[in-house]
Amino acid sequence: MSEVVKLRKGLNIKLKGSAEKALDKLPVPATVALKPTDFPGLTPKLSVKVDAEVKAGDALFYDKYHPEILFTAPLGGKVVSINRGERRKILEVVIATDEKIGSAEFKKADPTTLSAEEVKEQILKSGIWPFIKKRPYGIIANPEEKPKAIYISTFDTAPLAPDYNFVLDGQLDTFQTGVNALAQLTEGKVNLGVSKDSAFTSLKNVVVNTFEGPHPAGNVGIQIANTSPINKGEVVWTISVQDVLFIGRLFETGNVDFTKTVALTGSEVQTPKYYQTTVGAPIATLVEGKLVDADHNQRIISGNVLTGTKVSAKSYLGFYDSQISVIPEGDEYEFLGWADPGFNKFSATKAYFGKLFPKKEYTMNANIHGGERAFVLSNQYEKLVPMDILPVYLLKAILVNDIDKMENFGIYEVIEEDFALCEYACTSKIEVQKILREGINTMIKELG
Amino acid sequence: MKFIKNFFERTEPLVQKGGKYHWLQSVHDGFFTFLYTPKTTSKTGTHIHDYIDLKRTMSIVVLSVVPALLFGMYNVGVQHFKAIGELASTGFFEIFLFGLIKVLPIVIVSYAVGLGIEFVFAQLRGHEIQEGFLVSGMLIPLIMPVGTPLWMIAVATAFAVVLGKEVFGGTGMNIWNPALVARAFLFFAYPAQMSGESVWIALKDTDKVIDGFSGATPMANAAAGHLNYSVADAFFGFIPGSIGETSTLAILIGAVLLIITGIGSWKIMVSTIAGGAVMGLILNAFSGSAGLSPEVATYFSMPFWHHLILGGFMFGAIFMATDPVSASQTEKGKWIYGFLIGILAIIFRVVNPAFPEGMMLAILLMNTFAPLIDHYVVAGHVKRRTKRAKVSA
Repeated sequence: MSEVVKLRKGLNIKLKGSAEKALDKLPVPATVALKPTDFPGLTPKLSVKVDAEVKAGDALFYDKYHPEILFTAPLGGKVVSINRGERRKILEVVIATDEKIGSAEFKKADPTTLSAEEVKEQILKSGIWPFIKKRPYGIIANPEEKPKAIYISTFDTAPLAPDYNFVLDGQLDTFQTGVNALAQLTEGKVNLGVSKDSAFTSLKNVVVNTFEGPHPAGNVGIQIANTSPINKGEVVWTISVQDVLFIGRLFETGNVDFTKTVALTGSEVQTPKYYQTTVGAPIATLVEGKLVDADHNQRIISGNVLTGTKVSAKSYLGFYDSQISVIPEGDEYEFLGWADPGFNKFSATKAYFGKLFPKKEYTMNANIHGGERAFVLSNQYEKLVPMDILPVYLLKAILVNDIDKMENFGIYEVIEEDFALCEYACTSKIEVQKILREGINTMIKELG
Repeated sequence: MKFIKNFFERTEPLVQKGGKYHWLQSVHDGFFTFLYTPKTTSKTGTHIHDYIDLKRTMSIVVLSVVPALLFGMYNVGVQHFKAIGELASTGFFEIFLFGLIKVLPIVIVSYAVGLGIEFVFAQLRGHEIQEGFLVSGMLIPLIMPVGTPLWMIAVATAFAVVLGKEVFGGTGMNIWNPALVARAFLFFAYPAQMSGESVWIALKDTDKVIDGFSGATPMANAAAGHLNYSVADAFFGFIPGSIGETSTLAILIGAVLLIITGIGSWKIMVSTIAGGAVMGLILNAFSGSAGLSPEVATYFSMPFWHHLILGGFMFGAIFMATDPVSASQTEKGKWIYGFLIGILAIIFRVVNPAFPEGMMLAILLMNTFAPLIDHYVVAGHVKRRTKRAKVSA
């Protein structure tokens, strides 16, 4: 059944500060929070008020248009604040944790003995459902839809990404339980995308596809496109590795357990390594005292440097994120930057000498190194997207708001992460991911 | 160096909207960003960005043209001293200096006029000054005959920047290669001044031309049925012609830089040269046909690869056809686009007696058709994708 797919397009960006394979357990954080802003397109409705006591797995808010999709407390405690932004938009629901308040009770059962409906209901009620996303669009899966398959990528090729072979060490049985539960939700198969020498090949009840090649080979969207591309009207669900564990634990113990491993990475981190914490953990507990003392500003990113979100130390870990990256902010002028031979400058092009040292690890900051321009060069994006898609034509279709063209050029197959490298490499500094999300939002609005 | 940065930072509020010198904003920004890469950091999307930007890209293209420019200066001197019969008695530096003095004003006029207009347009539109003209401003002098009066350079540059580029929206939006628009403007507006034998050689009225010297380009001679050039001279560039186009060798050095850095499309270069060679072979094959006048038959029979080293063919293939904005954008399209440029250039050159050189028109014509080529390539792509949907359904 296994298929080896060799991808040639793409680019590995070697950054300084990859996590060494060591795991530290962090104490239970004093507060945790869920951020409705982590879910694109969601309209949240609160189910709790400030001061309410919640168990882990009790709903904090739900989706206005799909009230069965609940977002639940990662740990038991008391709701201490609901932070709002402009026009009273809910930004954070914060819980002061209390270890005496445990988890809500769910059914403890082998998912293969349950019906599809029972499995679905349990995942929905426990608040794990939002971890399942759907393609097209990369939004939370609609429980009423029937996906043609479920895809899980078991490796991440993004810069400094965590190694899931290490993260899941000793938890493969729980992962298998999670996969068995997911298998109930689709008429098709659960597909695992694995890299060479992966520990995941031992799993059962799955189709294993092996992928070789540079980033974005580890992106689930690329893996779908190269095995069974999504056509109009088809739906595929995706879920990331650690989130399958939550499902596994739910059915094995009957409790929710949102413990996850987060890689703290980047050139501004003293000793990059893995930390065990929980969904919704405060960023401060992960980074405080662990960064390099520097006289420049630092940027903390929840997620990787290509697709993550800029956060402050006071914020909370992103719902889907398994990685924190810290890089220099780079808000400094550079004298004649364009004329530098660039021995220390990595580039997707060969316009800097840095290209001569492929093994070297680079420090990169958040400076955009130039000004925004119109599209000038061609074939920059195409070299970085290993799919049968013309990225520039798709983006231009979005810019002119032409829905037919967006469809023809493959908007159903891609989400931001698949085009992130294009944005990195763009000479004209075009905000590719923002444009793509606007296009996706248009599609959702116009076609539902 | 700090005081420069401090100066620009201090003066920044003055040129903002409502500031005393707000009409200088684009100029201020242009010079500031030229000297200092801005401190802008990413706000959405990726947090890291490639070091490549349009300034770097354009400066590499300019760098790749430098060998052709330097050789062009030298050759201007060589042709001058050859005309007055003093080549053997003149030293290298004197020859080069003569060319430098002739060519530098043309470069300065081209940049001054072009950048001046760019600054005005950027200010009127309220956006940053774009780097496209850094390259056009260098290419325009190189495709001009050295005898072109400076005022004509100025008019042509202004025409190219305004009607060739800014009316479409600036860098990245233009349909035709701006430098070739400048050349075409002169070619059609001042045909008398832009052709003939005298325009290619820098001579003063007082200079005495030696007997038997002709300043005609090898191509003009070839069109008249005389193949009287040496292959070595044509390859190294010691022939009359536009300033930068004569030396195939210097152009190829630039090509190597463009290909190594990946900034010029090797596909367009290769396919253009292939197109030229194929058309040259076709002409060779027909050189014996009945009904050809003896001059045309001679030109037909010229070894096909000589077409590649004569005239502006190589310069056009390497520096003009590859302009990413006006060329085909799709990879398949680039092959078609380049190949047709090569074919058309040789047809114009040999078969149409009105135009001794066809490269300029071939590229401008294919610039016009590049969107059409892309349209069909993209339509093919979409068709394949929809077919896939039907197969799986």
